[in-house]
Amino acid sequence: MSARIAVRVTGLRKAFGDKVVLDGIDLEIAAGSVVALLGPNGAGKTTTVQILSTLISADAGVIQVAGFDVGREPQAVRDAIGVTGQFSAVDFLLTGRENLLLMADLHHLDRPVGRRRVEELLVRFDLADAAGQMVMKYSGGMRRRLDLAMTLLGEPRIIFLDEPTTGLDPRSRHTMWQITRELVADGVTVLLTTQNLDEADELADRIAVLDQGRLVAEGTPSQLKRRIPGGRVRLHFRDADALTAATHVLGEDQADGAALVLDIPTDGTPQSLRNLLDQIDKRALGVETVTVETPDLDDVFFALTGAPHHEQEAST
Amino acid sequence: MSTATYALRDSAIMMRRDIRHSLRYPIMAISGLMVPVFLLLLFVGVFGNTLRAGLGAASPAGGRYVDYLAPAILVMTAGASAAATAVNVCIDMNEGIIARFRTMAITRTSVLTGQVLGSLTRTMISGVLLVAVALGLGFRPTATPIEWLAVAGMFAMLTLALTWLTIAFGLQAKTPAGANSLSLIPQFLPFISSAFVPTASMPAGVRWFAENQPFTPIINTLRGLLTGTPIGTSAIVAVVWCTGLMVVGYLWSRARYNRYVTH
Repeated sequence: MSARIAVRVTGLRKAFGDKVVLDGIDLEIAAGSVVALLGPNGAGKTTTVQILSTLISADAGVIQVAGFDVGREPQAVRDAIGVTGQFSAVDFLLTGRENLLLMADLHHLDRPVGRRRVEELLVRFDLADAAGQMVMKYSGGMRRRLDLAMTLLGEPRIIFLDEPTTGLDPRSRHTMWQITRELVADGVTVLLTTQNLDEADELADRIAVLDQGRLVAEGTPSQLKRRIPGGRVRLHFRDADALTAATHVLGEDQADGAALVLDIPTDGTPQSLRNLLDQIDKRALGVETVTVETPDLDDVFFALTGAPHHEQEAST
Repeated sequence: MSTATYALRDSAIMMRRDIRHSLRYPIMAISGLMVPVFLLLLFVGVFGNTLRAGLGAASPAGGRYVDYLAPAILVMTAGASAAATAVNVCIDMNEGIIARFRTMAITRTSVLTGQVLGSLTRTMISGVLLVAVALGLGFRPTATPIEWLAVAGMFAMLTLALTWLTIAFGLQAKTPAGANSLSLIPQFLPFISSAFVPTASMPAGVRWFAENQPFTPIINTLRGLLTGTPIGTSAIVAVVWCTGLMVVGYLWSRARYNRYVTH
């Protein structure tokens, strides 16, 4: 393998009984990059991570992690990776420090080296004060931080983060993001799964969109955004009557009664904007402000996965 | 370091983890001891006089029922303790930490070996405590130091066999309750053995079963070592049974663990 490719997946397939979960996935992750596997619940994200991390076997496909075949050389793969899943992989009956020391022992680190690294990680992950407490008493955010600290103790070259921020409060989420960025700065390769588009946009060099077991798109965040041409003009109204009046003229597809806004698709050209503004003037529609919105990842995601473009929240 | 050294080291690490669990959450270990102590009190204190009268020729020197019963309750201690291990294993296997172990480059079955070694430690302690309670109730063993060593060895073999078997139960069962009901089998089998009354006193069919099931030779061996009753071929049969059950339990556990799929 090329030393620059950390993960190489070709034709990965997996079914549980009759249910096809992964239907021919091809994926390449360059060493030192962050790839986000983005998809809704049930898309096959966790299954992909479980296969890449040797927890379950694939039905078909060539899967190499750190240059080793996951089926034939699982121990070599395990030696190179670290996994933090959405279910806390921590020992609840041990203290935070004991959990980390357990990892140090299992990585066969020399005692002093192990102890030093444990104390460093406790400080870095803001767990030093709670280090002597049983993990059972930890909050969700603390458990997730400990979980990641345990993953990092072995200094893996490739890290799988399976929905690392699901269920976390915004502050804990930003802490996790910060830690992930630091990892990347250290040259670690990260495969991150998420349902959160901001998270993918925030962290990933490349995004692979997974839907019903297939990769429906792959590229940098800006490449993906470019796949949706134009954007929309958002009109903000004074009151509900003004909004209703405007929907008679402009159509009500993208009306949001609660927010008093109406979205009009546009290709972004001056001509189309001028036409729209002319219409607003001529009909004296009660528009308070106008904003032009470029497509965000939400638009891309919904367009690619076939889900409704925007949830219809308009009052009836 | 060699693979074997790593395997030993990983198992020792996992055993420390298991023992820590017992210390933090001792209720399972305590209940594993309470059942045999309760049986000992019940059968000695309540049924003892009647049962002793029925022993006949099987009666140990001195003729006290506690001398007949204590070695059998020792065997049941191993059964009760193994049942607690089955539940522990079943609970543990549903924890995320096990998934983490499976993604780490550690000796594959060290988690299970650690649990077996932890269970062995707990059960040996329970065995010593049970003997202490029995001594308090008037148990007067006649064993020499060598015979005591043999008792410890037989008890350890039995514990290893039962623990590997119940670890397989714990891995096989979907829920802790399921693990518990599977492990009732080794807990109840001693009732149809030479534990409480001699097999000679049983109806023909039951007697055949009692004489050919593994607990009878094990109990007879321990009883012979502790109180001087004849052992005969029981010792060799007991060792064969324990070795066989241990091998079956180990292979079954290993197969289940390797096939185990998380979530």
